[in-house]
Amino acid sequence: MSDLSPAAPTSTIDAGEIAKFEAMAAEWWDLEGKFKPLHMLNPTRLDYITNQIAAEFGRDLDAPAPFEGLRILDIGCGGGLLCEPMARLGATIVGVDAAPRNIPVAQIHAEQSGLTIDYRVGTAEDMAADGEQFDVVLNMEVVEHVADPLAYLTACQQLLKPGGLHICSTINRNPKSFAMAIVGAEYVMRWLPKGTHEWNKFITPDELFDLMRQAGLNPVDRKGFKFNPLGWSWSISDRDLSVNYVTASLKP
Amino acid sequence: MHILQGMTTDTDLIIVGGGLNGSALALAAARAGLRVHLLDAQPRAEQEERDFDGRAYALAHASCRMLRALDLWESVATHAQPMLEIKVTDGRAGEGPSPWMLHFDHAELEEGPMGHLVEDRHLRRAMGRSLAAMPGIVHEAPARVVAQRVDASRVVVTLDDGREISGALLVGSDGRQSGTAERAGIGRQGWGYGQTALVCAVEHEKPHGGIAHQFFMPGGPLAILPLTGNRCSIVWSEEEARAAEVAAMDDAGFLEALRPAFGSFLGEISLVGARFTYPLGLTLADSFVAERVALIGDAAHGVHPIAGQGLNAGLRDVAALVDVLAEARRRGEDIGGAQALARYQGWRRFDTATLAVATDTFNRLFSNDNPLLRAVRDMGMGAVNAMPGLRRNFMREAAGLTGDLPSLMRG
Repeated sequence: MSDLSPAAPTSTIDAGEIAKFEAMAAEWWDLEGKFKPLHMLNPTRLDYITNQIAAEFGRDLDAPAPFEGLRILDIGCGGGLLCEPMARLGATIVGVDAAPRNIPVAQIHAEQSGLTIDYRVGTAEDMAADGEQFDVVLNMEVVEHVADPLAYLTACQQLLKPGGLHICSTINRNPKSFAMAIVGAEYVMRWLPKGTHEWNKFITPDELFDLMRQAGLNPVDRKGFKFNPLGWSWSISDRDLSVNYVTASLKP
Repeated sequence: MHILQGMTTDTDLIIVGGGLNGSALALAAARAGLRVHLLDAQPRAEQEERDFDGRAYALAHASCRMLRALDLWESVATHAQPMLEIKVTDGRAGEGPSPWMLHFDHAELEEGPMGHLVEDRHLRRAMGRSLAAMPGIVHEAPARVVAQRVDASRVVVTLDDGREISGALLVGSDGRQSGTAERAGIGRQGWGYGQTALVCAVEHEKPHGGIAHQFFMPGGPLAILPLTGNRCSIVWSEEEARAAEVAAMDDAGFLEALRPAFGSFLGEISLVGARFTYPLGLTLADSFVAERVALIGDAAHGVHPIAGQGLNAGLRDVAALVDVLAEARRRGEDIGGAQALARYQGWRRFDTATLAVATDTFNRLFSNDNPLLRAVRDMGMGAVNAMPGLRRNFMREAAGLTGDLPSLMRG
């Protein structure tokens, strides 16, 4: 178990960012609550994640416990929206979050769900310093919140075993993403508390691919998460990466 | 009494009601990798050959595809009669059919016959055998559920012997008086039609040629559906009082009453199997889902059997629910969670409410002797008949080939 706190000097998380998420932690599992947009996006994220893992590690998603034997890390695990599905699919899953208040919320929910999940307070950098190794690192909607994306992605790379899979999603930087993610989601729809995102921290797909290469990761795939306002649902898009997008990369 | 109190078995899916829909769900869910516990208050269906009891279903093309996908079709197909044509006529006893007629011919439909007529006994036997052979299914019959509750992430049902079964999702497939729905606090709306369906099968002299007939009589529709050989299944809807009168008659009297409406086009007729009566009404559950509970078939919606859509709609529930559950399972989602259930409800409730309203309107329009309405529907039928595109649309709808098809029905 990691005994490092989020205040550890190696952390690249802004202190201000942690406080923002702590304030939101209690409502993680309320489908109609503050995290409704994440719950809405979650099935689409899971489709991408499960299909990438299945393809990379030759697993059949229709088999019982298809991810058995895989050690997976979820960075910024929050209330466990990704950890619980990975546990149900048979993975050995570690969830880490820099906001201490998220951890008991996630632990209580996992226990209610009858799932075994190793939740820890900490950061990717803490885990890397501990020498932890994983087959898969899930890095979803985190990179736009960190102070030093390259240092952070380097830590993600260090956490992977050779041949390991890194899945990273974030928000593009352009006028449309500004309108959708900040004006739309935070101010108009009030889906997220104002100040959740800072637009200048958003990263374009090309910038992210460059950063990943510098961090020692080989980008292999990128797709858009596209919101359909008519069906009020998300889908995976091959072409439209203009707002939310997801990438897969491998450690050589 | 409660000698087994405190004993709990855990599974993924608990199904209450082992009729055709409940059994189909058990088979489809087990094939999708779920552990299933099927509970039926009635004793286990016979797996052996039985005599024909007069009950049969008009299975839409999509339902036949689903049976094929569940490996049930092969043993049913040898006893199934393809429905090659449907003739719809506005009739009034003593006057003969009106000149306007709707005619649906399967030659216009690339998928083949619009449906098949299958006897209840053959369907039940195929399902019974498959249930017994399928790994992953625990089938308890008779077993009565006396209570249900939701405990954190499980739903728990209590049986009358004190045992408890827990699962991620409880499915109520227990009919119009669904105890599962009632215990979950789901109310229902119902409308009676003041009509009763008299159901039986007849043997006749002349071959039917695979043609189904629907006569719209003032008291209600009369459907003549071709079975294998020189036999037809009859669904005769009448006003309650008249139906009670007819039901009370002996077989000879019953045939005497049926003849004027049935006509003589198939020659002499005689009864085979028993006669059944079903009061007609429409029921719709206020919701198809509750916390860790989903309803299918008549527990969710009971439609007027005017178009033979009851079992077809139930099988469509089953196929949609299995798609939702299989997808949730592949993603690692909670199969009984609110998100998965919302997807099922969103998929099926709108479809079903539309069908209920359409069937209701159809019946009100046709079960009427008002001369003006009669003229309107005759013109309407003539118009549909004159337009091949519209006619094909009707056929595709009746064959269950329209809308967002679940994967089991895509063939």
